[in-house]
Amino acid sequence: MPKTVTLTIDGTRVEAQPGEKIIEAADVAGIYIPRLCHKPGLEPSGSCRLCTVMVNGRSCSACTTPVADGMVVENDVESIRQFRKMIVEMLFVEGNHFCMFCEKSGNCELQAVAYRFGIMAPRYPYLWPKREVDASHPDILIDHNRCILCGRCVRTSRDIDGKHLFDFIERGGKKRLGVNAQGGLAHTNADVSDQALDACPVGALLRKRVGYQEPIGQRLYDIQPIGSEIEGKGRKNHV
Amino acid sequence: MAVCLDTLITTACQRVDHDPGRLLDVLHVVQSQAYCISDEAIDIIAEELGIPRVRVEGAVTFYAFFSKTPKGQIAIRLSSDIIDKLHGADEVAEALESKLGIRFGETTDDGKFSLDWTSCIGMCDQAPAALVNDVVITRLTPESAREVIDTLRKDADPAKLVVKPGEGNNAHPLVRAMVNNNIYLEESKSVVLGPVNRGEAIHKSLGMTPTEVIRALKTSRLRGRGGAGFPCGMKWEFARAAEGARKFIICNADEGEPGTFKDRILLTEMADRIFAGMTIAGYAIGAEEGIVYLRAEYAYLQRLLEENVSQHRADGWLGKNIAGKKGYHFDIRIQLGAGAYICGEETALISSAEGTRGDPKNRPPFPAQQGYLGCPTIINNCETLCCVTKILEQGAGTFSELGTEQSSGTKVLSISGDCARPGVYEVEFGTSLRKVLQMAGAKQTQAVQVSGPSGQMIGPEGFDRLICFDDLATGGSMMVFDESRNLLEIVHAFMGFFVEESCGYCTPCRVGNVLLADGIQRVLEGRGEPADLDQFQQIGQMMKACSRCGLGQTSWQPVATSLENFPHLYEALVKEESNGFQRSFDLLQEITDAQQITGRKSSLA
Repeated sequence: MPKTVTLTIDGTRVEAQPGEKIIEAADVAGIYIPRLCHKPGLEPSGSCRLCTVMVNGRSCSACTTPVADGMVVENDVESIRQFRKMIVEMLFVEGNHFCMFCEKSGNCELQAVAYRFGIMAPRYPYLWPKREVDASHPDILIDHNRCILCGRCVRTSRDIDGKHLFDFIERGGKKRLGVNAQGGLAHTNADVSDQALDACPVGALLRKRVGYQEPIGQRLYDIQPIGSEIEGKGRKNHV
Repeated sequence: MAVCLDTLITTACQRVDHDPGRLLDVLHVVQSQAYCISDEAIDIIAEELGIPRVRVEGAVTFYAFFSKTPKGQIAIRLSSDIIDKLHGADEVAEALESKLGIRFGETTDDGKFSLDWTSCIGMCDQAPAALVNDVVITRLTPESAREVIDTLRKDADPAKLVVKPGEGNNAHPLVRAMVNNNIYLEESKSVVLGPVNRGEAIHKSLGMTPTEVIRALKTSRLRGRGGAGFPCGMKWEFARAAEGARKFIICNADEGEPGTFKDRILLTEMADRIFAGMTIAGYAIGAEEGIVYLRAEYAYLQRLLEENVSQHRADGWLGKNIAGKKGYHFDIRIQLGAGAYICGEETALISSAEGTRGDPKNRPPFPAQQGYLGCPTIINNCETLCCVTKILEQGAGTFSELGTEQSSGTKVLSISGDCARPGVYEVEFGTSLRKVLQMAGAKQTQAVQVSGPSGQMIGPEGFDRLICFDDLATGGSMMVFDESRNLLEIVHAFMGFFVEESCGYCTPCRVGNVLLADGIQRVLEGRGEPADLDQFQQIGQMMKACSRCGLGQTSWQPVATSLENFPHLYEALVKEESNGFQRSFDLLQEITDAQQITGRKSSLA
């Protein structure tokens, strides 16, 4: 029998497997730690920083930090809630996000965390970056305006689809998603069935011609707040 | 095109055995021979090394010294740090622009010259300075800058710019740089900069067991000199205990903090003790491979360092069976960086040495467990390794007698800015900032930026604070600003530096620095409100708690410490708008585009 560890998340004692990350243990316990760049099955990235938690008084990202016996994790506390709101607001002002006419609306994780956090409008000045749209591929659209640089498509394409269609280019505020060819996505072996397309949490990677098959108002986060799926199913590993 | 890309790249790739981990070496060859790394070149490199082209493009576009668009056959990079600016870099830039008829960021039509700003090149004690390809030119004036261009137009060899080389090894035939060392020694306190008996530390160490070597370090209480101050012996102990068939010793020779240049002196004059420190570290943890990660700005020292490595091999201090000790092998290679401040962060340095973008890595695992190529790795900076050599040569006791309880030994400082004697100093830990300022001949000092932009801005009321880990911790950069300087402009320049140098991996640092830099700009323009200052604090606290690495966690420090120590400067510029509008909101500015598009003028205009 493998030895398990016990940690405390927001006062709840939780059992976890050694090597598991905090966010994975929390998921199983039905405790939602907000996240954007994390996706089960992918190597953790630790880039969006939304899952920042306090562990024994020090901050760290829950998606990259392994559990340890006796760990005390603070997740749903005021200071952390404020930090997370700021991160989401920063992602909004950094790109060009127009929810009202984005076809991902209602299925968008960025929009959904903003609603969950009660964000009405960002407090920061919009940066209005000039970003490109790559519509070269017959079936797939990349709208860099909406990309939040979470890298989920990068990791999915590399590690699951086995294609390495994407990687990041440039650095700092100019950092953006690059594709594995000159002249845009059309020149890669990207295919409409690639799982990388489903990995995008926002409306940056889209399949063409299917955007409104599911009516707005009946979409995932129109019906329930993001995180409900975790909070609803949990409690398997409470001690 | 003068060079055949195919041949150039194939040869460069062969030279590194088609190892994708040596991508940076290949990119350096292409950049220096073809003056750019074009899309075509990227395709060939990807093909040759068997990696996705987007990975190559990712690396090319990450580093400041690589460019997809053509740079000049002579690439001029002027140091953009605040010290260079305060010494007239902008006037030099203007002279260069008018002489060449191009703006910064551009290349002349004939492809001969390009002009770029670059982050601190480690010459603040002889600013303004620039790199002309690999050649350093110092103490520039608009006039000397124009002469530089005249000389280069006559003879395109930048080496010809060096008429009178500097002292010491700057005059070595393999260096021949006009760089000066500017070392100011207080003899009694010289540990790092004091004399050593070459090779003695290696022989003494190899006469001990690895455990004894580590114990000596622990007894010396040596802490890493990079700024974080992690106990060196403990780090080595972790790496020794870590399991791994291969282990690595990396020397961080990528000092990039604006205002620091002391490692330049260590690399120029004392490389043998750096290499000795690495050899000792290798013996202590069981590593056979060492890498010196040398910042591209110091490429002019590469040949000297390679010569020094060869000399160590010839002396039997590198290679097989070191100093006659059977079974202990250790060797060193030099990895050239490519212009990225973030690569001074140890895990980013590892990423870069592995031939990828210089993104920091997630911790845990820590490098001592899983570092370079996933193997246990120790990363120490040049100064720490020099201390190691001294400790093993003279004994831990002699070293730990100096300094304070928490900070044993001495600290090498790079002092620049408004002082009579900018240069490199070695002081005992526990020395007051006031004493340091006196040594450097600083007068009417308004503020000192201790430990570079990511450190603290200290005013006169803090001058009695002590340089040590428990008070004013410093990696060694000390920038002095006298009463004539506008400190908020300096803060703004620092934030601009972080915007430029953030790797962009995590949200808080990628966006937070931009918001802070823009915010300070608003304040400087008289468009700030008191509420802005609260927002700076909130953003800063979040960046400190949530950023992924030390860069983002500390980059709001210029704002934080200037708000704390010079609040009156901000208060004088911010105020509430009486009409209820946000002061930063300019209605006419906001409707400029709309007016242009519609071709109509607002009645307000």
